[in-house]
Amino acid sequence: MAVDEGLKSELQKQGIFVLPFEQLYNWGRKSSIWPLQFGLACCAIEMIASAASRYDLARFGAEVFRATPRQADLMIVAGTVTKKMAPQVVRLYNQMPEPKYCIAMGACAISGGPFKDGYNVLKGIDRYIPVDVHIPGCPPRPEALIHAIMTLQRKIANQHLEKGQRPRWYDKDADSEYPIPTYGEHDLQPPANREVWQPPRDYRDVTLEEVKKA
Amino acid sequence: MEAIEKIKEIAAQAVPGAKLEIINSTPAAQQPALLVDREHIHVVAKFLKEDPRFQMDFCSCVTAVDYLPKADKPGFIEVVYHLYSVAQKQGPIVLKVRAPRDLDQCRVPSLTPLWRGCEFQEREAYDLYGVKFDGHPDLRRILMWDEFTDHPMRKDYVPPADYEWEPTPHDDTLQRAAQEQGIMPPTAREELEKAKKK
Repeated sequence: MAVDEGLKSELQKQGIFVLPFEQLYNWGRKSSIWPLQFGLACCAIEMIASAASRYDLARFGAEVFRATPRQADLMIVAGTVTKKMAPQVVRLYNQMPEPKYCIAMGACAISGGPFKDGYNVLKGIDRYIPVDVHIPGCPPRPEALIHAIMTLQRKIANQHLEKGQRPRWYDKDADSEYPIPTYGEHDLQPPANREVWQPPRDYRDVTLEEVKKA
Repeated sequence: MEAIEKIKEIAAQAVPGAKLEIINSTPAAQQPALLVDREHIHVVAKFLKEDPRFQMDFCSCVTAVDYLPKADKPGFIEVVYHLYSVAQKQGPIVLKVRAPRDLDQCRVPSLTPLWRGCEFQEREAYDLYGVKFDGHPDLRRILMWDEFTDHPMRKDYVPPADYEWEPTPHDDTLQRAAQEQGIMPPTAREELEKAKKK
C-alpha cells in the first residue's frame, strides 16, 4: 500500500477515503452478491429463513434472489443433489455469467450426507463444479449460511486485478463451462469431473498391489 | 369387517378357480394377507372393489418385496396392495401376488384400470423392483432416469463403484474402498515400510 496508514486514518477523519481501485471494485462486488433462487431440499427452508426478516440476508447485500441464472452471481446448492438432478444443477451453473461462485450448503450438498451410501444421491456437488465455501450441518442454521456468505465476501475482497494475479474468470476467453454429466446405464457418466474433484492423494499413496507384494 | 378367512371364502365362491392363500405376516404387523395367483388377481380385486359387502374403493399402497432364493425354494417378487373402503370405513385388505425374479418373467397384471391411484405406485415398483405390470397405461421409470437399466431395490443389486472416500475408512468401507478404488487406510504407508524393513 502506497499510502501511509496514519495519513489514511487522518484523511478518513476529514471524510476523505484513499484506497486502491481494486479494493473499491471488490467492495462493490462483494456487497451485492445475488444468489440464484433455487433449493433442492430442506436446506432451502433454512436458506429462505436467512433471507427473511429475522436473519435478514439483506444486511450483506445478498437478498436479491434471482429466478434466472443469467442474473445470478452465486449458486447456493441447498439440499440433496440426486443423480437425476445433478446434470440440471451443472447446467444452471454453466448458464450463470462470470464471475460466479458456489456455496455447497449442508451435509448432502457437500458429501451426500446421510444418503451417501445410496444409489441415487450424488456424493457431493463438488464432484462436478468448483465449490467456494462448504457449510456442514443438517441443515445448517441461517447463521451458518450468513457465515458462509461472509467467508465468500472475504474471498472476493482478496481477489487481485493485477495481471498474473487475476482470477481465472477475468480473462475474457476463459472457459466458464463445466462438462454436464449424462445419464448412464448404472451411474452418471462420468461419475466425477476429475478436473475439479480428486480424492485426496495421501490415501492413494499406497496401492493395494504394493501391500499385496509386501 | 369380516375376518380374512371369511373374505377368502367369499372370494373363492365369487371367483371360481382362483388360488387363494392366507399369509400371516409377522406378529408386529398383525395383518394377514390374501395371496392370489397371477391369473386371477385382477378378477379378485375387481370383485372386492365392486361387491357391496366390501366396496374397496381406495387402493392406498402398492409396493413390492424381494425374496431371494433359499436353499430349497426359488425366489420371487411379491407385489403388495393395500385396499381400503372409504364408503364403508373399513380396511385394509392386503392382497399379495407373486412373480418369478427373472426380469423377463417378472410380470403381474396391473390394477391401474381398477384404481387410478395405482398408476404411479406401480411405476415405482417397476422402477425399483423390475416388476412389469401388464395393462398399465404408462409403464415408465418414475424415480430413476430412463436410461437406467438396474432395479436398485432388488436385494442382488450392486451399486456403482463411486464409493466416497472416507477420512477414516474401516470394516466394510475399507474393504470396498481398497478393492474398488485402491484406497488404503492412513496407516498403510507406515505398515508397508515396517514390512519392507523386515
